[in-house]
This record gives sequence, structure tokens and C-alpha cells, in this order.
Amino acid sequence: MRFPFKTSYDHDIRLFPDWWNFSLYAALLALAVVLPFMIDDYFLGEATSVLIWAVAGLGLMLLTGQTGQVSLGHSAFMALGCYSCVLLMEAGVPFVLAFLASGVITGIIGAVIAVPALRLHGVYLAIATLALAILADDIIVLTAEWTGGVNGKYAPPISILGVTVDRWSTPDLYYWMVLLVVVGVTLAYRNLLRAPLGRAFAAVRDSEISAQAMGIDIARTKTMAFGLSCAITGLGGALMGLFSGAFNNETFSFLLSIQLVMMIVVGGLGSIHGAFLGALVVSFLPQVLSITAGALGRGVAIPGLEAAVFGVMLIGFILFEPMGLYGRWLKIRTFLELFPFARKDMFRRQKAYLKTERLR
Amino acid sequence: MSLLNLKDVTLKFGGLTAVNKLSLSVEEGQVFALVGPNGAGKSTAFNLISRFYTPFSGSITFDGHDLLRLRPSQVPGLGIARTFQNIELFHQATVLQNLLVGRHRHRRTTMLEELLHLPRVRSEERANRLAVEEVIDFLDLQPYRDQRIAGLPYGVRKVVELGRALASKPRLLLLDEPASGLSVEETQNMRWWIDDIRRHMGITVLMVEHDMGLVGKVCDRVLALADGAKLAEGTPAEVQSHPAVIAAYLGTAAVSKGADAKGVRA
Ligand SMILES: Nc1ncnc2c1ncn2[C@@H]1O[C@H](COP(=O)(O)OP(=O)(O)OP(=O)(O)O)[C@@H](O)[C@H]1O
Ligand SMILES: [Mg+2]
Repeated sequence: MRFPFKTSYDHDIRLFPDWWNFSLYAALLALAVVLPFMIDDYFLGEATSVLIWAVAGLGLMLLTGQTGQVSLGHSAFMALGCYSCVLLMEAGVPFVLAFLASGVITGIIGAVIAVPALRLHGVYLAIATLALAILADDIIVLTAEWTGGVNGKYAPPISILGVTVDRWSTPDLYYWMVLLVVVGVTLAYRNLLRAPLGRAFAAVRDSEISAQAMGIDIARTKTMAFGLSCAITGLGGALMGLFSGAFNNETFSFLLSIQLVMMIVVGGLGSIHGAFLGALVVSFLPQVLSITAGALGRGVAIPGLEAAVFGVMLIGFILFEPMGLYGRWLKIRTFLELFPFARKDMFRRQKAYLKTERLR
Repeated sequence: MSLLNLKDVTLKFGGLTAVNKLSLSVEEGQVFALVGPNGAGKSTAFNLISRFYTPFSGSITFDGHDLLRLRPSQVPGLGIARTFQNIELFHQATVLQNLLVGRHRHRRTTMLEELLHLPRVRSEERANRLAVEEVIDFLDLQPYRDQRIAGLPYGVRKVVELGRALASKPRLLLLDEPASGLSVEETQNMRWWIDDIRRHMGITVLMVEHDMGLVGKVCDRVLALADGAKLAEGTPAEVQSHPAVIAAYLGTAAVSKGADAKGVRA
């Protein structure tokens, strides 16, 4: 076990607490950078897809994991990010600008929608946002003039400073581009966690009443969380649409929202690691399923199998491992570090002392 | 002019008058106690000052500012911090993070600056941490700094909540039953802390407390409430010996027995 020896406040403010921790993430990043030289194009495509899921997942994680607000409507914001990016590109805006603008646009529209939506709590918020996701599907069809409706749209070619970034001809460039977005979003997320606003998000999640007593404006903070969350998810949606080459209303159906929720719950609510672990699961589960189904001698795909397995996993994790895969890993790590002194009840949920129920 | 002024404040919950024409004024530098039997309306008075409730009538001012014009989240900005009767901490966060939330009213940085972690964010964070560490030293919270609230014993949580309020560097501190549920030693500590908070930090304290021993030791002035209305006000000794207060505390049982004997139905 390592004992951190702290010598200044910066120790707790820095991104990495110590050299060991820094080296670990530096190695991970280095590995991610050289990945294209190590695996073939097919797996590189898979890796790109994992990273895109991670971006979208980080967006929802900020809202649900950090601020405690459920949203089943994030597929709508992925769609918004995607269509706004593509429409801007078609209007002649360079890709980098169109991409950044799509995040900003989605964030602003998300924040506006948040104002009425966030008056709702818990399951009512979930239902309202689910309605939003379903509505988005219809809006895409109704505005077919711009969105292509059911027929969909083809993703325009991406060019950055004259260099073409294409999924098929330059998969490594595509991968690096997505990696850059992932690193940027992750850094911003981390910065938020070590700043007052990130703490305000957590305060709103844990106790609205005392957050207010500390001077945190609940409505404003929730709106910011929703806006930021939508902006990040919008970027994820833009990447996803561009990566898939062609997309229509079906691409961004509400099932995508459910997948996002499952992803952050399975990965581990409230942690950046959780978003990445969840992205791995969401990307590779369909493959594992089809391989298993194949091995069982079923040539044809079983309709709805994927959604069913996702659903069962979601319920399973909520019941048995609410801290998700990352929480499970923390437990294993603590067990190994303290071996043989770890106690079984170290992570047991402690009883929360009576909360003020009169003051809702 | 007094720091906090309540004038004829009334609040009803349905048919129940929780606070009835309550007037009180707390002078700068005082330790002021609200006492009274359960359900007297003490916590409700705190929640009125925090603006969680809006009174039906009456006025509440702090240092000349009309509190009724403010939203709950604007009240701490004037320098009013509080604790809750049933501890309200951020359970998933560490002690340090909880105390840092107490600094929120001093936040000067914008979302964009924080996302990019510009130098100003870093220097503000250092200042926040310094302020919080002073509180940690004052309350002897060093052993718990990096522990999550969810695993802490009740007594420590109580102290952390006090610490979070202190971290905001308030002018007025509202303590709702600071010693309830504490052991004899913990209550002793709380007594010295309240003394120091007034003497060395120059913070005015308004507290609700059932432990009359503690009230007698730390408070200059006491106001007794029953059924939302003022019964008596004065020094701890005066209030404790006031007949109406004794009657209220001895319980309605004794009073109604006397009433029954005279043939009067309460
Ligand atoms: N939100 C509410 N809705 C309805 N009634 C309430 C509400 N809050 C308090 N009350 C009632 O108002 C009265 C005063 O409650 P309050 O919590 O202020 O009492 P208190 O003096 O703090 O008592 P205790 O010593 O038990 O904390 C009680 O009868 C209580 O039931
Ligand atoms: Mg009370």
C-alpha cells in the first residue's frame, strides 16, 4: 500500500496525486496513442466506437452521476449534436468549427429545455425526458426537409486543415481525432470536479436543502449541469453520426438513451472511469452476444435479444452492485492492498442518519 | 441597531400556527438561544430566516437588509450560515469536500474558467483550502479530512456540519440543536467551540438547544417559545425561573391536571 505524503495544498488540486498515478495514466494514454500500430483496422474501428460511446457517456455521467438528475432523453441531444454539426458542414462551415459549434448549440438548447424539466424530481423527470427522446424522433421525421427524415442523411467528408479524415481510408487519423476529443472532454470533466461548480453539482445531488443553505442556487446549478451534459453528449452524437456514415431518425431512437443509462450504471455512477468501463461493455456486448448465439448454433439473430440483455444487466447492477464495475474494481483493489486485513463490511452502505423530511 | 430582527412574524401550516407573532432581535456579538418544548416552532423560525419558508406576515431583516426580498440561496451571501437539526451533509463526499462547499458563497470564478482550470481557479482553490484548513485545525477534524461522510459516526458529522458553516466565514451562525445526540465530552467541546466562535472569530450565534446546562453556560440571552409564541425573554437564569416557562416545560400534563381540578376543559 502506498502512503501519499502531502506537502502542499496543490497536492490535492493537481490532476494526479503522485508520480505513480501520473505514470499510470501517462502509460495508458501512450498505449492509446500507439494503438493504431498494434491492431488491425477492424479492431481500430471498434476502439474508435468505444471512445465515441465514452464521450456520450461522460455527458450523461455529469448529469446523472455527478448532479443526480436522471435523463432518458439524451438520445435527443445526441441527435441534435449530430444534425447541427452535419447541417453546418453542409453549409460550408469547416469541420472543426462546425463540431465545436454543435456542442455549444446542443448545450444551449439543453439548458433552455432544462429550465422547466428540472422542476421535476426523480421518476417524473425520467418520464419527461423519455417523452423528449420520443418526441425528437418525430421532429426529425417532420422536419425531413432539413434532416432527411426517414431516408436519413449521409455524413459529409471530414477535412481538417486540408487533411481528409475518413473512417475507411484513414482509420488511424479518425481514431486519433476521436481520441483528442476524448482527452479534451475528460480533462474538462476533471477540471470541473476540482472546482467549486463540480462540488456544487455533488452538493445538489446529495442534499438540495443544505446546498441552498450554503448559497448554491439549485435551479441555476441544475441548468448548468444539464447544459454542460447536453453539450458533451451532443459532441458524442456528432461523432457517432459521422462515424456511422449514414444516419436517420432510427439511429437516435430512445433505445440509445436507455443504452447510455445502462452504460453509466454498469460502469459506475459518479466516476470518469465508470463512463469508460461502461463504454467498453456497451460496445462489445453485442459482439459477445452474437458470438455466443453463433456458438449455440443459432445462425439467425434473435430479435430483441440485445435490448433484453441490456435490461437484465441494468437491473442486475442496480440490485447487486450499485457502484458499478468501477466500484467492484475499487473493492478488489482495496482487498489486495490491505491483504489480509480487508474486512467484508468496509464498503457496506452506512446507514444514513435521519434526513429532514419536513423540508423537501 | 441589532444584527438580526424579526418583527411580528407569523407562519401557519394549514390550521396550525407554527410561529405566532414572533419578534426577536439579536445584537452583534451575542450568543442568543431559542428554547421551548418540542414542536414550539424553533426550527421553523430558523427556516424562516433561511428563507425556506415565507411568513404570512411580519418582517425579517439582517444588518438592514430585508431578507424577505431574497431567495434562499442568496441568504448565505449576506453572511448567514446554519446547521440543521437532522444533519444535512453531502453523504457521498469527503469531509474536506463538504467543508469546501461551505466556501461556495465566496466563489468568483466562472464555469468556463473552471473547465479550463485557469490560474485564477487554482489560486482561489488555494485560498479556499487555507480557510478550510483553519476550520479543520479549530475543530480537530484532521483525522477525518479525507473520509467520506457516509462512514462517519454521528458525533463527528455534527462537528463537520458546524465546520461547513464556519468555512463560509459567516457573521451570523444559526445552530439548530448543536448538542443533541452528543456525549457528555462532545457537549463540553461544543461549549468551548461556541465560546471561541463568539470571542475569537467575532461571529454572532443564534442557537436552538434543549440542554439548559449548555444554554446557561454559553448564552447571554434566551427566548422561550411555546406553540409558536414568545413566553419569556431575558438572561438564562431569568428565563429558567419564569413561571410560564416552568409550566410549559413541566408539561401540559401538570397544567391540564390543575385545570381539570378546577373543572375547566383545556
Ligand atoms: N413543513 C411543515 N409542514 C407542516 N407542519 C410543519 C412543518 N414544519 C413544521 N411543522 C409543524 O410546526 C410545528 C413546529 O415545528 P418545529 O420543527 O419548528 O418545532 P421545534 O420547536 O423545532 O421542535 P423540536 O424541538 O422537536 O425540534 C410542529 O407542530 C410541526 O409539526
Ligand atoms: Mg427543531
